[in-house]
Parts: sequence; structure tokens; C-alpha cells
Amino acid sequence: MNTAAETLAPPIRLGIGTRAWRFVKRHALTVYAVLMVGYLMLPIAVVILFSFNHPTGTFNYVWNRFTLDNWIHWNAPLGIQSAIETSLELAALATLVATALGTLIAMAIVRHHFVGRSTTNLVVFLPMSTPEIVMGASLLTLFLNSHNAIQLGFWTIFIAHVMFIISFVVVTVKARLIGFDRHLEEAAMDLGANELVTFRKVTLPLIAPAMLAAALLGFALSIDDFVITYLNAGPTQTFPIFVWGVARVAVPPQVNVVASAIFLVAIALGLGNVFWQYRSAKRTRGAH
Amino acid sequence: MLWLAIFFLVPMGFLGYQSLQSGDFPHFHFTWEFSNYWNVLHSNHDGGYREQYIRSFVYAGIATAACLVLAYPLVYWIAFRAGPWRNLFLLFIVAPFFVTYLVRTLAWLNILANEGPVVRILRDVHVLGPNGRLLATTFAVVSGITYNFFPFMALPIYVSLEQIDARLLEAAKDLYASPTRAFFRVTLPLSAPGIVAGTLLTFIPAAGDFINAYFLGTPNQQMIGNVIQAKFLQSLDYPTAAALSFILMGTIMVMLLVYARIVGTEKLTG
Repeated sequence: MNTAAETLAPPIRLGIGTRAWRFVKRHALTVYAVLMVGYLMLPIAVVILFSFNHPTGTFNYVWNRFTLDNWIHWNAPLGIQSAIETSLELAALATLVATALGTLIAMAIVRHHFVGRSTTNLVVFLPMSTPEIVMGASLLTLFLNSHNAIQLGFWTIFIAHVMFIISFVVVTVKARLIGFDRHLEEAAMDLGANELVTFRKVTLPLIAPAMLAAALLGFALSIDDFVITYLNAGPTQTFPIFVWGVARVAVPPQVNVVASAIFLVAIALGLGNVFWQYRSAKRTRGAH
Repeated sequence: MLWLAIFFLVPMGFLGYQSLQSGDFPHFHFTWEFSNYWNVLHSNHDGGYREQYIRSFVYAGIATAACLVLAYPLVYWIAFRAGPWRNLFLLFIVAPFFVTYLVRTLAWLNILANEGPVVRILRDVHVLGPNGRLLATTFAVVSGITYNFFPFMALPIYVSLEQIDARLLEAAKDLYASPTRAFFRVTLPLSAPGIVAGTLLTFIPAAGDFINAYFLGTPNQQMIGNVIQAKFLQSLDYPTAAALSFILMGTIMVMLLVYARIVGTEKLTG
């Protein structure tokens, strides 16, 4: 019936009909999008809200009254500060090493045709397609079977983190290298630069944005990771492990404070980036 | 360069090695103990964990489907209608990642708590009985998983939608396709790679998850991740835990291969 009506109806009426339908659809979708954002933001709002709560008992589940105490005495719960310090150290160190190694792997995969290149490609993909618990478990068995040569602790977590960050670095940097104009490097060589200088002055600046993006992602993943860390941590406490420990008893509001603070720093960086992109888009549009 | 080989493949080898051992902590011996595998696959009455396996895949499947249905309209709107708000809304999608995983799961404890507003409203409108609750139910666990892995579904679909050439949609319109028809014949097939990638990125971690079941469920909602974790760290039964992990990974690999056969390999590797 629909097709018959469409072919018979004069084109102008069809236009109005379609436009009216599209109007309804557009607004329904917009409302839906806003509702979905509300759903996504709800737990975050709860986390931030309850960081200002003064809980009645040990449990921080029910809203009682507003207080700033939790933010002022953020390190009051025993062990929270050292856990955060460990998390930050670990994330910084693991990100640094993983970014360097990952960039080298990406360059090797894109630039050189070596034996086992496609295998390497696959191996890079594997950690991303394996559940975290399996990856954590496999590393744990490795360390356990080392006959006490490796003690579980900071360095075993470090190895685990480097392992899963590396994949993300390789994928990100690889994408950038594929769209890379090799003539720029050739030009540098023609102008008398040796390989090291070419790398430092031409290659590195061009892939730096991808490396930075990968490093930020890696840092965020490392700070947030629980499953792999938990299996390989031994007695070492990172912030997520601290949360796991206290969650069995009662979560102090300071946990919300720290989570909110991490969130606010990240979102500030994100908003800054959005704003910067918006402005540079505007500027390029203005230039035309 | 060899880091991955050393710290991914070698551990996998050890995992397999451990899974074939027998004995009690801390004295394990390698004995080609394939019975580790058969034992854990028995039904729960016989000391196996078959129910947790099935539950893991069912929960992950439902959560993945829910993510797809929830995410698609949202990213469609962002890709085609959001205009200058695009980047801001993308930031909203990834924002949950900025809150520590455990803490954002704990936040659902607050929201779904028996004393909380959600349960009260649902009781008032008689969706829930007077003593009905959301916490410690299958619903809570599945919705927790859905929330936590939502960005993994949304972002790949967004990327594939964004790459669609607007001229193709105009062409469809010029050829008298209704918007619905244009959507099903042009937009949806072109976004298929994103859907495939999103499904994998959501399903795989969801199947191995144990945080949501631990915080939002009861032992009746336990998934295989909970068992593996407890075997390794509490009962120190490494061979069983390793066998469980291996079966989980193997099952996912098989599913991946079947999925690849159905949708085509090119779409999987991008």
C-alpha cells in the first residue's frame, strides 16, 4: 500500500510527509540520546554525590548530610594513600615502557617484511581478544612456576600492565604509520641526515600524537585495571585492590573522593580536547 | 619486540602445563591429568562448574544484545544529527571509563539498593512486590555488565557510521527509497563492521567478568570468572583453575571462529 501511495502521490505532498516523519523521528532520537546520556552519567553522579556524604553508620549507601570532611581528610583510611601512590608509579612506569616497546613493534610490522610478521600481528591482537581473567591467570601460573625466582608484587604487576598496554599502543601507532608519507624521510636522508637524526627530527614528531594518545589510554587502563592486577599482585596494593579489600567490609566515602578526583582530572582533559577541536574546526572553516 | 611473545605465549604454555597437573598445594606434578578438564565440565551436583559456564555465556549474550540495542540509536544520533555536539557526546560515552571500574559498579549498589529511590518507585507502581528487590538478582548482574561494557559497543559502531558517505544516503533517497528502506539497505549494512567489532569487544570481556556478579549478585549468579578467581586465590587449586581458564578461552575461540565464518574474516580483522 505504501509503495502505491508513494508512486501516485504528487512529489510535493510526499516531501511534506517525509519531512514531518523525519521531524518526529529526529526529536524522538534526540530525546533518546539525552536520556541515554543521563543513564550513562547516573552512576558517576552518584559516586560524586556520595563523596560529599556524611554516612550514618559504616555503610555509605544512604544519603545523610552534606560534608566536605571526606575531601579534606582524603587519606584518612589506612593504606589508601600508599595504594594510590603505587597505582600512579605503576601506571607511569608501565606506560613509558609499553609506549616505547609498542612503537618499535608497530614500526617493525609496518616497515619491514620479516619472517613471522603476520604471526606478530596476530600475537598483538590476542591479548585484546582474551578475557582479562585468562590473561591474568596465565601470567600467574608463569610466576608461580618460576620456583620462587619471581616474587609476586610490584614488578609482576608491572610486567602484566606492560603486556596489555602494548597491544593498544601497537594498534594506535600502526594506524598512524600506515598513513605516513615515506617521502618525508627520504627527503631528510637526501639532505644529508643520518638515520638517527631522521628518526628524531622527522619520524618521531609525526607519530608523536599517536604515541601520546596511546600513552594516555595506557595510563588510564593501568590505573583502572583490577582483574589482572589482582591475580598477580601478591601483597602489593593498588587503588582498585584497596577498593576490593574494603568493599568486603564497608567502603569509606574517601574511595568516592579519589574516584571523583580521577574522574574530574580525566574529564577536564577530555573537555579541553573537545573544546580545542571545536575551535580549530571553527578556525579552518573561517579560513575558507 | 619479543616482550609479547615472552609474556603472552609463554604464560599460555604454562597455563596449559599447570592445567594438566595433579596433586595438592604446594606440591603439583605434571601427569597429563586430562581429568581436570572433564571434572570441571560436570554438572554442579558432581562437583563441576557447568552451570557457571552456561550462565557466563548467557549473561554475556544478553548484555551484548542489550548494549547493541541501547547503543545503536544513540550513536546513530551522534553520527548524523548531533552536529557541533558530536565530540561532547562522544566524551559522555567514554566518561564511565574515567571512574574506577570497581567504584562505578559499587555505585549501582547505591542506585539499586533496597532503600533507594528506584526500588521504592518500582514497588509503588507494583512492578515489584512489596518485598521485591533489584539487588542480588540476575537483572542487577546483567544490567551491571551492560553498563560497564557499553562504550566497547558504542565506539566501534560510531566509527563505522561516521565513515558512511552521505552521498550514498542521498543516492538512496534520489532512487525513491523510503528512509526506513534506506536505513535497512544502506546504513545498516555499512555499519556492520562496527557492529561485529562492538559485539566481540563487549562479549569477550563480559564472559570472563566476575566483578558484577560479585558485587551485584549472590552465589546463584556466580559466573565462571568468580570460580577461576576463587580457585586461584582462595582454595589454591591451581590445576583446576588453569583448566577452567583454558576451557573459557577455548570456548571463546571456537565461538569467534564460528562468528568469523558467518560474517566473513575481513570484517573481523578490519
